[in-house]
Amino acid sequence: MTLEQIQKKLAEFYKGIAIELIEGVKHPVTQAQTGDSCLVVPADKIKDICKTLKTIEQFSFDCLSNLTAVDRKDRFEVVYHLFSYKHRHSLTLKAVLPRDDSAHIETVEGVWSCANWLEREVYDLFGIKFDNHSDLRRIMLPDDWIGHPLRKDYKEEEDYHGISTTRPPLLS
Amino acid sequence: MQKLADLLIQKIPALQPVPVDFVYLGVQVVFALVMLMAFVAPFAGIVSWVERRIAARMMDRVGPNRVGPQGFFQWIADGIKSILKEDIIPTAADPILFRLAPYLVFAGMFAAFVTIPFSSGLIIADLNVGIFYLIAVTSIVVVGILMAGWASNNKYSLLGGMRSAAQIVSYEIPAGLAILVVVFLTGSLSIQDIIKGQGAYPWQWYLFDNPFMPVAFLSLFISSLAEGNRTPFDIPEAESELVSGYSTEYSGMRFVFFYFEEWANLYLIAAVGTALFLGGWQIPPEVKTWASALGGVVGFTLPHALEFATFFLKSAVIVFIIIWIRWTLPRIRVDQLMSLCWKYLTPFGFAASLGVAVWMVVFPQGVMSVRYALCAGAATIVLYFFYRVAYQVWYSRQPIHVNPFV
Amino acid sequence: MELNTEEMLLNMGPQHPSTHGVIRFVVKTDGEVMSAAVPDIGYLHRSIEKIAEKATYNGFMPWTDRVDYLAAMNCNVAYAMAVEKIAGIEISRRAEYLRVIAMELNRIISHLLAVGSLGMDIGAYTPFVHALREREKANDLIEELCGQRLTYNYARIGGVIYDMTPNWDAKVLAFLEQFEPLLNEFDRLLTDAKILKKRLGGVGVVTAEEAINYNLVGPNLRGSGVKWDLRKDMPYSVYPELDFEVPVGTGEAGVLGDCFDRYNVRMKEMRESVKILRQCFERIPAGEYQVKVPKKIRPPAGDVYVRTESTRGDLGVYLVSDGSDKACRVKFRCGSFNAMSIVEKISRGMMVADLIAFIASLDIVAPEIDR
Repeated sequence: MTLEQIQKKLAEFYKGIAIELIEGVKHPVTQAQTGDSCLVVPADKIKDICKTLKTIEQFSFDCLSNLTAVDRKDRFEVVYHLFSYKHRHSLTLKAVLPRDDSAHIETVEGVWSCANWLEREVYDLFGIKFDNHSDLRRIMLPDDWIGHPLRKDYKEEEDYHGISTTRPPLLS
Repeated sequence: MQKLADLLIQKIPALQPVPVDFVYLGVQVVFALVMLMAFVAPFAGIVSWVERRIAARMMDRVGPNRVGPQGFFQWIADGIKSILKEDIIPTAADPILFRLAPYLVFAGMFAAFVTIPFSSGLIIADLNVGIFYLIAVTSIVVVGILMAGWASNNKYSLLGGMRSAAQIVSYEIPAGLAILVVVFLTGSLSIQDIIKGQGAYPWQWYLFDNPFMPVAFLSLFISSLAEGNRTPFDIPEAESELVSGYSTEYSGMRFVFFYFEEWANLYLIAAVGTALFLGGWQIPPEVKTWASALGGVVGFTLPHALEFATFFLKSAVIVFIIIWIRWTLPRIRVDQLMSLCWKYLTPFGFAASLGVAVWMVVFPQGVMSVRYALCAGAATIVLYFFYRVAYQVWYSRQPIHVNPFV
Repeated sequence: MELNTEEMLLNMGPQHPSTHGVIRFVVKTDGEVMSAAVPDIGYLHRSIEKIAEKATYNGFMPWTDRVDYLAAMNCNVAYAMAVEKIAGIEISRRAEYLRVIAMELNRIISHLLAVGSLGMDIGAYTPFVHALREREKANDLIEELCGQRLTYNYARIGGVIYDMTPNWDAKVLAFLEQFEPLLNEFDRLLTDAKILKKRLGGVGVVTAEEAINYNLVGPNLRGSGVKWDLRKDMPYSVYPELDFEVPVGTGEAGVLGDCFDRYNVRMKEMRESVKILRQCFERIPAGEYQVKVPKKIRPPAGDVYVRTESTRGDLGVYLVSDGSDKACRVKFRCGSFNAMSIVEKISRGMMVADLIAFIASLDIVAPEIDR
């Protein structure tokens, strides 16, 4: 199914919900489409939409290929890359969240089990909370780390347990 | 030993007022020390060098070849290095048991060497319960290993120690059953008697006596591998799982004691197999009469030397096979190991002993044609094996048709 | 009388001879049988993705090697493909072929190490050394191509950095000619060993639905019976022109989806790589190996998600560009990350020895997990 068909079919299921299709970026000279197109869905409906996408026969997105987030200075975007082994089509979903510490979105762990660790990584590095997640804690950084490194305004603490994070310049 | 002691009492008048038993005891202790220092210790060291060279050649490497000719003194260098190391004992380790464990392991292994014959006259103590004493005393090693695992205050060591205890104790049964089969044929538990019941030629060995003996030999071989903690049964010291099992916390000479026991145990396994199944030190009687007829000191020592050479050669072949198996096969898991012992080897051992008992009742003198047939079968297998080795060597040296150096 | 037994909390710590890299497992065991093995990752987190936001597109290439140092070529090429896709750069055919040759040689190298260390973890020390011996020969070949033995930094945005040295193809073909019979020897030594089949058969079974649900990729997925290979099913680069098969696990040592299947798939994949390499050398065209690209690449602002079949499965690179000469976000989606997430579920009720075999058969490389 092409992206427009997916958008139309989803709109049938979710009447009244704004599902935008954003075209991928075009090359400035050749005008060929070089970026990926995606669907932007509202953040509060993400779990329902994902469940629909997995269970409905024509979609059959049985694989969550990637779950990540992007910090766009004025907003967070949570990006889901879905893939279907059955029909061999892929889909990019985006959900936009306000860029502050209270950003939260429903977990899709119940739909695809691999979302468990991927969402923990997003929480660890961005600070986006996932509601109803079974085990939301930091995964890569130590549990007592302060801050979320992949944010654009992240500043490191002065030291961690007494180990300084800066080093005097080598050339003085 | 007794004859030698009597000879000494005759020759040295200073010993005559001493009670005879003390002289015997003194002679035995001296020979035990000589054997330990001149045979067991160098053997354990040399077999460590041999194992490293064989393992290296199997892995397409070279092995130690720097210290001395062909690296022969590597084990001496290792021994000296280990003695010079700092003696580290973990603070939370049990102070007495931690220190005692290597000595127990060593003592258990060495006490068994007392009954190993080197030739018809060279044996420190020809006990009339020889083989039974041997099995019993090697079980002290279990206590030592358990002590080492517990006293190290380390969960990995504890796991290793417990696995090893379960393994060694379980495999005593098939080993004992296989030895029982040989005792049936001999009628005596003394090792010299067992060897004297065999002859020099392969069809006179116990291995080819009746069709159940190869089964017993295989069972004894596998059980001895398991008792000696050798691959494929080396889970107690499985490097990739438990770092080093029960000997993780040991360093320096204490660590070396555990591996000393393992290498010296190789000879013990081989010696028991040789003595029980492969004819021990027996040389053809014509050769023996010719050697003794040479007269003088040579006539006295040459037969013993030839017998020792025969025994050692047969044991060396078995040691080589054990080393070879270690570097070829993966290791089996604990529950598979237990099921191998209890579900396969023990029933085979019982079947073998029943079979041999029935055979001895039906054919009291044995059947020579069966012996010749079994010998011929074994010879065919050995020849086929060497043929396969030659084929593989030829196959792996195929020429390459693309010349990269044009 | 009830015996009061406690469960032992064992720490297969960051330093361990057989966890592949610096990972930690907290294992609750009752004797030999585990009730849970919880992985604890993050010891190798070097924040490569944050560094991507500070380095230019060209300058980030050496960092991609370190994402998975055993399959460094695949990581290089995946990143280069992502940037080339969004910037609309087409590279020459010769560069494509050179990249594929390097990637397949890298696949052989990586699988040799995976298979060898699986053997070593099971206790067979000799096949490991034999595999490393072959790996040394292949490493020498790669060193002649790009100057490095482990972290290649070979691909560039717009092609590759060096062309083949004269006669390099003859050397690689000579290596392949003596490598295939050695694979047979390796098979006889390790794959056909009864003890190996008993250790790996029926252990760590991952069914096909679980594999897809947890997004296992690469040989892990194929070992569970799912016939999916990005090089055949969503081909990129010059793979549509190459003829090779995709081995799938068959459950011959026990259950479909056990450790032996994954191991067997890797052994067979090495043979397929040999086939691919031979075809590439026949078909490689003459031409230039690098296209002219601006010194500071400024792709249009957008995002792109590119997937390539790395040795550990599908390596996805999600690249977000905001129009400047530095990326806004680069995310590497690696196969080992998801393979680690399935360990906790499958390891319930296993033995400690089986856990080692399971982790080794998943071919986990720690830097891929933490980046």
